[in-house]
Amino acid sequence: MIRVEHLYKSFDDRPVLVDVSLEIRDGETLAIIGRSGSGKSVLMKHLIGLLKPDRGRVLVDGVDINAISYEELRRIRRQFGVLFQSGALFDSMNAFENVAFPLRTFTNLSEEEIRRRVQACLELVQLPDVGPKMPDELSGGMKKRVALARAIALEPRYIIYDEPTTGLDPETANAIDELIRDLNHRLNVTGIMVTHDMHSVLSVADRVAFLYQGRMHWVGTIDELHRSDDPILLAFVKASEYQIGASIPRSA
Amino acid sequence: MLSSRSRFLLPFRALGQYTLLLVHAFSALGEFKTYRKNLFDQMVRIGIDSIPIVSMAAAFSGAVMTVQTAYQLVSPFIPKTVIGAVVAPSMILELAVVVTGFILAGRVGARIAAELGTMRVTEQIDALEAMGLNSVSYLVVPRVLAGMVMLPVLYVIAAFVGIVSGILVANLGGFLSTGEFLQGARQFFKPFDPIFGVIKAFVFGFVITSISCYKGYFTQGGAEGVGRSTTQAAVLSCVYILVADLVLAVLLL
Repeated sequence: MIRVEHLYKSFDDRPVLVDVSLEIRDGETLAIIGRSGSGKSVLMKHLIGLLKPDRGRVLVDGVDINAISYEELRRIRRQFGVLFQSGALFDSMNAFENVAFPLRTFTNLSEEEIRRRVQACLELVQLPDVGPKMPDELSGGMKKRVALARAIALEPRYIIYDEPTTGLDPETANAIDELIRDLNHRLNVTGIMVTHDMHSVLSVADRVAFLYQGRMHWVGTIDELHRSDDPILLAFVKASEYQIGASIPRSA
Repeated sequence: MLSSRSRFLLPFRALGQYTLLLVHAFSALGEFKTYRKNLFDQMVRIGIDSIPIVSMAAAFSGAVMTVQTAYQLVSPFIPKTVIGAVVAPSMILELAVVVTGFILAGRVGARIAAELGTMRVTEQIDALEAMGLNSVSYLVVPRVLAGMVMLPVLYVIAAFVGIVSGILVANLGGFLSTGEFLQGARQFFKPFDPIFGVIKAFVFGFVITSISCYKGYFTQGGAEGVGRSTTQAAVLSCVYILVADLVLAVLLL
């Protein structure tokens, strides 16, 4: 379980996160939503210690990740798989090597076992044949799927998805949503999705945390979201062209 | 816009950030397994791949210096061996190492900053960290170590090529014979000179790679930021090579 307690973060005297508290329960998929610049990605980076808070704590399984050594933090990070917004594939390596990289770095598996594991991960993201391709030969959606394969290679307990559908066409975005739902179910991981795409949220998440102007404005289940009459939350949902309760297909 | 207080603090912040990066890199030296493969790759890219351009620059420097010294010292009262006595120590003490340093600042410094800068803005460095890898150990340590190991090697090659080129031009131009050149070179040779050159090359290797890694590693602001880091890495490396050159001369000579 991950607990965020009273987190504050400023950049150049500009507050980005203000007294943010949040609980992410084991096995659930939580969507952190909010407008661009609301602090979603900054909060996400705090969850794995890529940013240090000005005040407040982030507890992963009860351990304050800002009060431990860098070595211990790195051990905790290995329980996470992160799908970055851009995919963040290593552009000097092909798709196979990208997925194999964490296995070669952190395990003592033989090359044959690594090859099998990489192939299994690529098959899970429905790209069994892209191994020899370099990242610049892959489309945006394919890059994200290979990055997802890399994120799950070490069988993490937590997977963080940073804007997984941003910049993708509606069909590919739907495919990514489906993949995330499928992976969360199959691998039984705790998922944390940072997004402003309500279509993704409603098709993937169990609970929703809404950041507004750096503060945690609203947290609840999808059912509670459907019943909510919070004007700020409703305005955000409405602006994202998704009507709660209605089944409007994703538009480009 | 930055406030005037922030602007005043900027150089101190940069120095602090640079120092912290180096401390982090130094403490990661023990993680040899993490950077072993990258170290050998970087030694090839920084060292071996630079041999042609460094040799060419050294050859021209040695040749031009020989011609110019011959031109300036043509006098019946000055023995011809003086040309060798000027060219060889100059190459060994200063020219070979500074020329090598400047070439590497442009060729290697810019490449390192562009590489790491691109990795930073495309979140590849965050991805390494998020996996639980020490990105400084993986990216910075091998580049700095490779620079410190390969610059002295390149310096030795440059000094040798420069002197040989000087001898060739002296012969071809009819200024003096190989024997006279070497006699002059030996006349004022001090065993400490090449050692001093190697020390300088070692320091320049550190200066170029550490500054370039720092600029690349902390790049901000997309493609424009990468361009800025690349330019700054090359320019600052050249400036600090000159500073280090003076400091070492004052301290060690």
